[in-house]
Amino acid sequence: MRTVIFGSIAPYLTSLMVLFSVFVLLRGHNEPGGGFIGGLIAASAFAIYGIACGVSPVRRALRFHPMAISGAGLLTSALSGLVSLGYATPFLTGLWAPEGFMGIEFAFSSVLFFDIGVYLVVVGSITSIALALEERESD
Amino acid sequence: MEQSSDALTFFALLLPFAAAAVAPLATRLMGHRAAWLLALAPALIFLHFTTFLDEVSSGATITAGYAWIPALGVDFAWLIDGLSLTFALLITGIGALIVLYSGGYLKGHEHQGRFFSFILLFMGAMLGLVVSDNFLMLFVFWELTSITSFLLIGFDHRREASRRAAIQALAVTGLGGLSLLAGLLVVAGVTGEMSLSGLLGSGGAMRDSALYATALVLLLGGAFTKSAQFPFHFWLPNAMEAPTPVSAYLHSATMVKAGVYLVMRLNPAMGDTVMWATILPLFGGATLLVGGVLAVRQTDLKLMLAYTTVASLGLLVMLTGLGSEHAVAAAALYLVAHSMFKGALFMVAGVIDHEAGTRDVTKVGGLRRLMPVTASAAMLAAISMGGLPPMFGFLAKEEIYYATAGATPWLILVTLAALAGNALMFAVGFAVAIKPFFGVERETPKHAHEGPVLLWLGPLALAVAGVATALFSNVVHVLVSSPMATAIGGIPAEITISVVPHIGVPLALSLLTIVAGVAIYRSIDRLREMIAGMLAAIGWGPDRGFDQAIRGLIRASAAITSAIHHGRMDVYMGVTFTATAVALFAPMIVYGELPAWPAFPDLPFYEWTIIIIALIGLAAIVIAKDRLTAIVSLGIQGFAVAVIFMLLGAPDLSFTQFMVETLSVVILALVMTRLRLDPTDHRPLGEKLLDMAIAGTCGLGFTLMLLRVTQGTFDRTLSDFFEQWSYTIAHGRNIVNVILVDFRGVDTLGEIAVVMIAGLAILALIRIRPRAVPEPKPGPEL
Repeated sequence: MRTVIFGSIAPYLTSLMVLFSVFVLLRGHNEPGGGFIGGLIAASAFAIYGIACGVSPVRRALRFHPMAISGAGLLTSALSGLVSLGYATPFLTGLWAPEGFMGIEFAFSSVLFFDIGVYLVVVGSITSIALALEERESD
Repeated sequence: MEQSSDALTFFALLLPFAAAAVAPLATRLMGHRAAWLLALAPALIFLHFTTFLDEVSSGATITAGYAWIPALGVDFAWLIDGLSLTFALLITGIGALIVLYSGGYLKGHEHQGRFFSFILLFMGAMLGLVVSDNFLMLFVFWELTSITSFLLIGFDHRREASRRAAIQALAVTGLGGLSLLAGLLVVAGVTGEMSLSGLLGSGGAMRDSALYATALVLLLGGAFTKSAQFPFHFWLPNAMEAPTPVSAYLHSATMVKAGVYLVMRLNPAMGDTVMWATILPLFGGATLLVGGVLAVRQTDLKLMLAYTTVASLGLLVMLTGLGSEHAVAAAALYLVAHSMFKGALFMVAGVIDHEAGTRDVTKVGGLRRLMPVTASAAMLAAISMGGLPPMFGFLAKEEIYYATAGATPWLILVTLAALAGNALMFAVGFAVAIKPFFGVERETPKHAHEGPVLLWLGPLALAVAGVATALFSNVVHVLVSSPMATAIGGIPAEITISVVPHIGVPLALSLLTIVAGVAIYRSIDRLREMIAGMLAAIGWGPDRGFDQAIRGLIRASAAITSAIHHGRMDVYMGVTFTATAVALFAPMIVYGELPAWPAFPDLPFYEWTIIIIALIGLAAIVIAKDRLTAIVSLGIQGFAVAVIFMLLGAPDLSFTQFMVETLSVVILALVMTRLRLDPTDHRPLGEKLLDMAIAGTCGLGFTLMLLRVTQGTFDRTLSDFFEQWSYTIAHGRNIVNVILVDFRGVDTLGEIAVVMIAGLAILALIRIRPRAVPEPKPGPEL
């Protein structure tokens, strides 16, 4: 699969897709999108990068083991649920900052962090499966 | 005042756990002397509970506590009346002595700190158990005592016998615990009460219920396993593998009485029925006799005592089952007396073992001169156990005979059982106290001498308490025994018995007991051989049965596992999809819910186009020559479906479908290359046809189900709810996303955890694959 054209275009394609996945993640609450679908986009981006340029550049680019990213995501989601305990509301109650965040009109909420957690879990888990499968192919 | 007392009680209940936490550190710093410090915890709790004596003896019942999980009706609430207070005082009072004793007994042991920790944990659990008011709190502490007992029996975990005994005790009492939980839930379901105080206040609601028998059998399942009633008695003697302080504390004075406690506690609410008055004396009496007979057979001091403990527990259950005023009083007195003399005798056995190096009753003798303090403690305790004046045990035994003396055939039977059991225990008690200390001095593995103060303080204190409580019986009755009997019986009771002998049937029966006891004692060696021969002739016992059951369980699981989990992927897939097909068709056929034949759809041409593309994709899968083509064709079909979703106005769904299709094609292709399968399919025709049939049936099933669903009326309740509230409460216009992250956030949290775990599992599979399987054979695997 490592052709010159694919190999040269893959980094750009991947960065665009990752950027797009973040966009999809953040708009998710009001427009089609969200953490799950965003995560899938990012995971396919990394899978493409891996097919085109080999696995080790992807691992270097990610810095962390994808499974660690997944774990961080699960932790983020769980912690975002625990925030509500501080306000004496049940676990995972959505909490919203009343006036945006630091003067910017922006929906800042515990739900957002929950969705970011979902995103990270999906990216991490699927990327690690895909990369592990690609790795064997190259040796 | 009231508030601060509640808080104090709460802290008193937590104190043992705190002490358990610091015990290892304290032991590392202070060595075995840490016992003096750690014994302060139970001593302080003991003092705290004595402040309730006044109130409780005037007939009050103290209930207080805090909400724990209000949504489930679980409170951290305690109920202090005569029964629980007596237990609490015994647990903490004896507990303090046991901690000191452990300090001497395990001096220099490398894990002494851990031992202190376990025994304090147990104390906290046991204390919680007896003061619990809430059902679930009772259950939690009940299980905690089983677990800490497991840890303590298996303390010497390098020995196989310890491990086996620990597992056995846990299995038996743990199963009993589940039975108890079920019983409590039945009671809660019938009476609507989640607390003991509520149950006791509910009158005869439980007795009149149709579920009475169910609840009773389940609850007794818990009580009988915990209190080692026949035929569940076998775990208790095995538990003697534990260090002696544990045997003295858990397996005679406290934990094994938890079952008796439960029976006593339930007596006012569930007792006084034919079932109750039959089952309890029957099992109790059988346990009494079996325990007594087996005790005679033993030569190991601890095992002799263990079997008499089984007998005593049987006696207590029998008395509670009788339920008359005297029987209840006798049970109360005997329970207190037993905790004192049996605790003392166990500790004595430990001292002998520790100082002489053996606890075989046939191998020690004449230790009286070498160990005078221990010998006197042993004698005092044995006198109490034999029920001779002026000991507390005497009061208990007199009261027992008051309770059983009667002219009905049933009572005569009970009296005979009590008489035989008491005589046997009399003989064994004196065998333990006399044989090692009197007679000719014998050569023992270690040169025996009196133990340090930490060792003899406990048995001596308990033995002296046996005398003191009897001499000041009027005070003890007012403060302890009468309130306890009141709590067990459910009606005000007053115990007046004292050491002054009173002419009557009970005294005559006592004398008869003594005569019989002495006779047994004198011929104990002969009897031992006789019983041993008898048991050898029977050959089988519940102890062996336990091993057989465990072995059977392991074999059965191995057989089932190898039958189901054989590692053939094609069979797994076949079974899974056949089950899916059955699950799809069965309800539709059974309930006659097959869909009507749909009208021919009137669709615009572009939708038709997409559908035709999907069909082409499907056809391509079926006719594909090699696997890779098939996988890609699957993608065509999936993309077409995603486009249809888009056209029908579900962008979210279609979006996700696109990504999932892309990724599954990529990952399937990667898996293909990894497995190094042949590019083409080699299944024989028959297998192909079978698989085709299964796949076709599944597909048809889904089609029919979807048709049926769309033909039904659509319940808009949820859709309306989400449409109405999505933006107003959850601040989101994308309902799908709002449901995922907000309304059903907990679901999503669970799902992402599953995604991650599945990812980890797949990763592990990929990693082990290359080495585990050499070269995959060409064959029908995918």
